[in-house]
Amino acid sequence: MAITALFRSKPIEELPDIEAAALRSDRFRLEREQDWKRLEAILKRMESGRLRKLPDEDLLELPVLYRTAASSLAIARETSLDAATLAYLESLVQRAWFQVYGPRSSLIGWLRRFFGGGWSASVRELWLEICIALAVMVAGTIVGWVLAARDEAWYYSLVPTEFADTRVPGASREVLEKSLSGVEKIDGLSFFSAFLFSNNAKVAILAFALGFAFGIPSLMLLMQNLATLGAMLWLFSQAGLTLDFAAWLSIHGTTELFAILLAGAAGLHIGRSMAFPGNRSVVAAAAESGQRAAQVMAGVVLMLVVAALLESFARQLVTDTGMRLAIGGTMLALWLAYFFAFRRSPGDIGE
Amino acid sequence: MSRARALRRPDRRKRVLVTPEGLSLPLTIASRGARASALMLDLIIMGAIQIAVTLALVGILFGLLGEKQSAAMEFLGVVWIIAMFLFRYGYFLYFELGPRGATPGKRLTGIRIAARDGGRLSVNAVIARNLLRDIEIFLPLIYLLSSAGEGGAANWASFAWLAIFLLFPFFNRDAMRAGDLIAGTWVVEVPRRKLEQAMSLGEAARGRSVATGAQYRFGEAELSVYGEYELQTLERVLRENNPEALVAVATAICNKIGWSAGSGDERAFLEAFYAQLRARLERDMRFGKRKADKFS
Repeated sequence: MAITALFRSKPIEELPDIEAAALRSDRFRLEREQDWKRLEAILKRMESGRLRKLPDEDLLELPVLYRTAASSLAIARETSLDAATLAYLESLVQRAWFQVYGPRSSLIGWLRRFFGGGWSASVRELWLEICIALAVMVAGTIVGWVLAARDEAWYYSLVPTEFADTRVPGASREVLEKSLSGVEKIDGLSFFSAFLFSNNAKVAILAFALGFAFGIPSLMLLMQNLATLGAMLWLFSQAGLTLDFAAWLSIHGTTELFAILLAGAAGLHIGRSMAFPGNRSVVAAAAESGQRAAQVMAGVVLMLVVAALLESFARQLVTDTGMRLAIGGTMLALWLAYFFAFRRSPGDIGE
Repeated sequence: MSRARALRRPDRRKRVLVTPEGLSLPLTIASRGARASALMLDLIIMGAIQIAVTLALVGILFGLLGEKQSAAMEFLGVVWIIAMFLFRYGYFLYFELGPRGATPGKRLTGIRIAARDGGRLSVNAVIARNLLRDIEIFLPLIYLLSSAGEGGAANWASFAWLAIFLLFPFFNRDAMRAGDLIAGTWVVEVPRRKLEQAMSLGEAARGRSVATGAQYRFGEAELSVYGEYELQTLERVLRENNPEALVAVATAICNKIGWSAGSGDERAFLEAFYAQLRARLERDMRFGKRKADKFS
């Protein structure tokens, strides 16, 4: 059957005369050559991305042909001294290996596994790092608050000026209150949200990527960002607007800060497993934790999309403090429930 | 000396990978030069696409001039930001998750990514190795462009810190960058070998020259002179089929085994010698006796 399928696509191919070969190893090769060539033809089509045009029977036969070629190679190594054939077989098996063990990514399948438990399972595995990162973030907020309360100059160095516009120490309650209300103009919100997302995603990816240096820079990044928040919190509490500020922040902040927390924890996870690899080699530990952390990061980017939408639309359109707190609290409850209450038996989660 | 080093260099990049079936496969790690040029190509392609998209959006904007401009501008602004984000993070992901496991730049330089442990290349691994790209390439690049020439100790320190990531592949044997280390991947050369003709099909392989009708039969003593290395060198000479080399090799063999070299029928002579030497070495091989070269 394998041979007939080959003839359909390449009718000129001629069956070699196996008996004509004087050497036993050449006869071995000629007997199997057709299967090799068929495998090569399938590989060529898969590599050129024309997977959809590939007939099902070819696809089903790929693993079989791969194992046939692999066993041919194993035998040829012990019986044949034909260097060109050996080199060909090695390259053929390697190419087939790339395809057989390539990313099994129907994107849909990956997404199903990802949402159906893979993501939340990875997040749960990071619990220790999440606790550490949370502690650092809380500490950062307190440090920001205390520094700004001690000396107003700290406020200016902690809060970037473009952020601050009217929100400076000594500003009146009215000015500050106004900055918390929604903007009148609705135009520009979607632009704003796209900008916020792109910006926050870069910060989160940075927090993750910096984990490579044993996690220290990740923690510093978290600390610095949260110190800014602490300084602003101080400013608003001076004007007696603590609750309003918290509401203004929470509507998107619960999602956004949670995402940044996860990104930092993911970075820390890599750093920790490289510093303390246990019984594994450092390289193996880094690879294992890196793949887990990457799954968390894919989710973080998604959370930031949600956060940006909330920040630009919900925050500017919903101005009531109670409603803002309700939305923020609901989002936080949803995330927590999804990550920690939603469990599946490990068997359901692939990869 | 320099030739010897040039010959040895690919060996330093050779690795053996064990597939889940337990078969060991030789791999060649991609050279750092190939990877650098692949990256350059990818950045150029990305840059070109980004500029093209930007220009197209600006073109659309000018086309809409006058009517409902603010709404159109906002929408196009959103499209632009999202497109730029996707190019920056999606370009590498999309191509490396494909069946080739390579971006266009990698394809052009003949390399691809693979799992280091011989197992499946997972989606998570590809995501991980590409997220790290941010601090390895984009951050130093943006940093250099934005603060070039400012100087200062802190600047230099952070530049040195970023340079460590950029130069990471030079500090390990497998030319891994930080992202490869985290993801458990490496970058290897894509093998491309054609199946060559079988060597023992012709009449000469059976010892009879078609041109002269002469019979070439070699005895035990004559065949025991050479080993596998010489056999495979002879195979290469026969496949290349360069007449001068054929003559030179035939003369060398005749001198070695004590035959008087006739001329004009070198190819048939060599084919016969090759077939009989290989038959003998392969027979010994089946009995577990191997002869690596003429010295052993």
